[in-house]
Amino acid sequence: MNVYLDNASSTRVDERVVEAMLGTFYEDIALPTSEFVHTPGQRVKELVEESRKKIADFVGAEPSEIVFTSGGTEATNLAIKGVVFAMAKNGKHIVTTAVEGRAVLDSVRKLEKWGFKVDIVPVDRYGFVNLEALEKAISKETILVSVQMVNDEVGTIQPLEEVVKIVKSKNPNTVVHTDATYGIGWLPFNVKNLGVDLASFTAHKIHGPKGVGALYIRKGIAIEKQMDGGYAEFNLRGGTPNIPGIVGFAKAIEILDWNDVEKVRKLRDYLYEMIISKIPEVILLGPSDFTKRHPANLNLSFKYVEGESVVLYMDMKGVAVISGSACFSRGLEPSYVIMAMGHTHEDAHGSIRFSLSKYNTKEEMDYTVSVLEEVIKQLRELSPLGGN
Amino acid sequence: MSLPYSKKLIELFVHPKNVGEIPDADAKATEGSPACGDMVQLFLKVDPESKRIIDIKFKSYGCASNIATASIVTELAKGKTLEEAKKITWKDADAELGGLPPTKIHCAVLAVDALHTAIENYEHQHGLLKEKVPTTKEVVINRLKHVIDPRKGIDVIRAKTVRDVEVQEGVAKIYLNMKEDEEFAKHLKEEIIERISPLWDIKEVEVIFSHE
Repeated sequence: MNVYLDNASSTRVDERVVEAMLGTFYEDIALPTSEFVHTPGQRVKELVEESRKKIADFVGAEPSEIVFTSGGTEATNLAIKGVVFAMAKNGKHIVTTAVEGRAVLDSVRKLEKWGFKVDIVPVDRYGFVNLEALEKAISKETILVSVQMVNDEVGTIQPLEEVVKIVKSKNPNTVVHTDATYGIGWLPFNVKNLGVDLASFTAHKIHGPKGVGALYIRKGIAIEKQMDGGYAEFNLRGGTPNIPGIVGFAKAIEILDWNDVEKVRKLRDYLYEMIISKIPEVILLGPSDFTKRHPANLNLSFKYVEGESVVLYMDMKGVAVISGSACFSRGLEPSYVIMAMGHTHEDAHGSIRFSLSKYNTKEEMDYTVSVLEEVIKQLRELSPLGGN
Repeated sequence: MSLPYSKKLIELFVHPKNVGEIPDADAKATEGSPACGDMVQLFLKVDPESKRIIDIKFKSYGCASNIATASIVTELAKGKTLEEAKKITWKDADAELGGLPPTKIHCAVLAVDALHTAIENYEHQHGLLKEKVPTTKEVVINRLKHVIDPRKGIDVIRAKTVRDVEVQEGVAKIYLNMKEDEEFAKHLKEEIIERISPLWDIKEVEVIFSHE
């Protein structure tokens, strides 16, 4: 049996999405580069604007507040670099958290080299941002705060509404960005209710295609274009828009069904209950209050074993998961998210992330648990640290 | 499927040889630590007459390469005399496994070091060891030859990752041709500290990165 449990990395595209995209390969092939364009171009322009409206409606924004990008990473780069360059005259201070994705952390690290000052706010044992430290970090120099909506590794849902309130009451001019790439479609999200100024989205974590995303930019927020090359996307993102991607992204949003999310949540809960009832000495990483946890995420650390071995073994049995172990990572470092939560190296090395989607079944969960039982038993027998 | 591992490595990962402990071992050694994510424990049974390794077992906490290299090292060493076993290098283990990915060579080094340390411990317990020598620059460099640059798959001395070494009053300073924010920088720093700090007269290890 093959079981794909790495949906927080990327998901299978829904057939209806592929079907919606097909026309843009064969018929609607022009570019929407001008208002005064030929008929094929006009038709594509309409397609793009319909797509923009669907996505805007879904997140509570105006269509003119949505800019399409090549994905979540580009959206975040545009948000962070675009805002600080446009607002550098107001101050040079940026605040973010220790558990952000690479797009945020690498962007702010680069800005640090270019003379901006960056404060990284710590998180607690469950991955929640320390709100007192956040409040203390904000000053009149602070131009941007970036706090993710939900963590893709340990599933922590940040108290974004509170974050925005705290930031804005301390400095109303500070722009608040959120990386919502693993949030929309999974959790309720409305830019107006939350009060965020910028939000990054991506299509491929909600059964849309890879290589397309969007940035919500609240009307009136100053932002400097990062991708030069023409006037596309309200002159905020040059280059040929990914028309098939945009159409697919909108379709993925359109067909979202909250019943699917509830189905996934139940499956995830079932997987968790089964694992802890069958395997001893397992540590839950991330929120233990599951109402504050992403419905598709489970991250467990198995004592006395190392995650890369577990991943490889499970892969040989057809189950795809990932680990926060140092051996598993490119840089041979343990997961910085798990370390930032105050866990030990061993907790990170033994961590396994299971991320589900609507395509997973109960049978797959049963199979995963049986494989996991076998692999953990075998590796613990081998381990000098104990556990057998 | 194109995993970066050979068939032999996968086979030994799933069915490792010589797994376990020897309760009445003549010598044992542990290399690595759970914090680093790699740990190997080796147990030796040595024939006192012929100085031949008559039994060898291991336990391992680590990735697939760690388990497979520990297994292959026990196979290579079993039946050899201590003098013969001392000559086993990580390159032998690597060759037996059909070549490890560069980021995993340190696993072979760890397993072979566990073997060498176990032999050293045996010699120590049986009065075969020479006296302690003070740590010099050369001693540190020799130890650093067991630290692998994961970008290149060769040791940090050959890879010229180490620019200079200073040893003064119990402090070892290791200067690297590498910036602090480069990929693998943190990993290499930890590996170097772990390798140099056990030296009996070293109180502090400093790893200094380059600036430009």
